[in-house]
Amino acid sequence: MEREFDKAIKEMYKEKFLAPENEVRQVSAPDGSIIEIDPLKDYFCQERPKELKPRKGVVEDFLNWARAESLWVLGFGTGCGSIEIPPLVTPRFDMYRYGVQMRPTPRQSNVFVISGYLSVKTLKRAIRSYEQMPSPKYIIALGSCTINGGMYWDSYNTINRLDHYIPVDVYIAGCMPRPEALLAGFGKLKELIKSGQGEKANEYARNFDWYKANQKKIIRDWNMPDYNW
Amino acid sequence: MVEILKELEDRFQVTDLVQQKDHLAFVSVDKNKAIPMITWLKDQAGYTSLTLLTAVDWLEDGKFQLTYMINNPKKNSQIAARVMIDRENATMESAHHLWESIRIYQRELKEMFGIDFPGSPEVDESFILEGWVDIPPYRRDFDTKKYSDETYFPRPGRQSNDPAEYMKSKMYPNE
Repeated sequence: MEREFDKAIKEMYKEKFLAPENEVRQVSAPDGSIIEIDPLKDYFCQERPKELKPRKGVVEDFLNWARAESLWVLGFGTGCGSIEIPPLVTPRFDMYRYGVQMRPTPRQSNVFVISGYLSVKTLKRAIRSYEQMPSPKYIIALGSCTINGGMYWDSYNTINRLDHYIPVDVYIAGCMPRPEALLAGFGKLKELIKSGQGEKANEYARNFDWYKANQKKIIRDWNMPDYNW
Repeated sequence: MVEILKELEDRFQVTDLVQQKDHLAFVSVDKNKAIPMITWLKDQAGYTSLTLLTAVDWLEDGKFQLTYMINNPKKNSQIAARVMIDRENATMESAHHLWESIRIYQRELKEMFGIDFPGSPEVDESFILEGWVDIPPYRRDFDTKKYSDETYFPRPGRQSNDPAEYMKSKMYPNE
C-alpha cells in the first residue's frame, strides 16, 4: 500500500530529478535478446522454490561438512531474544571460533535465527527475508514464544507456532535462553547438517502450498509477490 | 498549581479536580471545551510539552475516556485533562495543529480503540495491525484468547492453573 504522499514525491522526483542511470533503457540479455529495464521498478522471480536433490556419497558428505562449518547468520532480530545475539560476537562467547558469523543481508546468509516472539507484521518481513536466502538454509527458533506462543500465547497479534509458517530446524527452549544455549543450538544444527538431516528448505519447497495457505490466513494485506527470491 | 486550576475552573468549567502531588493534577473537562483548554494551557500558561494521549474503555458506561497529559517544563508540573466521549461512533477533535507528535497517538487510538480523529494526518493508515478486520483489539468486548485460538494454531498440551486455587492447594492442602 503506497502512501499518497510517497506517490506524489515519486512523480515529482521522476519529472525533475531523475538521474540518468535510473532512466528506462534497453540492455542486451546474456542470450543476446534485447530487453527493457526500468531501474526504479522491483523485479521478482516468479518461479516456485525447487527441491535441491542431495548429491551422492562422499560428495554430499563433503558439502555437508562445508555447510556445517560456515553458518552465516542473518542479522535480523525479531523479539526480545535479539539481545542475546550480540554477546555471541564478543570475546566471552566468540561464535567465530565455530564458524558462525553475522551477515547483513539475506542473500549472503544461510541461517535465520528467529529470536523470540513474532507479531504478524514481523512475520511478514521474516517470510520475505527467509525466501530471499539461498538454499540450503536453516532456521533456529529461539525461546518458548516460537514453540507454543510462550507468555504471548493468548495475544491477538503474535503467532503461537512458528513451524506452521516456516520450517524450523532447531528449537532452543527457554525464556530467554542464554548465549551458551545458543552456542549449543548451533552445535546441534551442525550435527544435523553433517548427518544429512538439514533438509528443511526442501521440506518448505515440498509443502509450499500448505505453508503459503497458513501464511495467507493471518497476513491479510498480502501485498508481496508469492515467490520472491 | 492552585491558581492554574482555579483559572481552569473559571474559564473552562472543569470538574473533578484531583491534585495528586504538588506537580500533578487531574481535571475532567467537557468534550467541546477540551481542545480550547489545552490550547490555552499551551499558549498562555506555559504547558508547552505533550506527555501522552491515551484512552480507557468504560464498557459499562458506554464511554471512552481520553487523557491528555501536558507538561510545563519550566515549572516541572503536569496537568492531565480527562475527556469522556461516547463509545458509539467515537470521534474526537484532532489536536495535531498543537503538537505534531500527537498524530502518532491518534493513529494508535484509531487502530486500537476505533476512536476517529478526522483531519489528523495518516490517521486511517494501519499502524501495527496490517489489514485488521475484527473489532479494534483494545476494546474490552474483544476476546483476545478466543481470537488467538481461532487464528494462530495453538499447540495442544498447554496446561494452566488458576493462581489462587493452585497456591491454596500448595500452601494449605488440608483446608
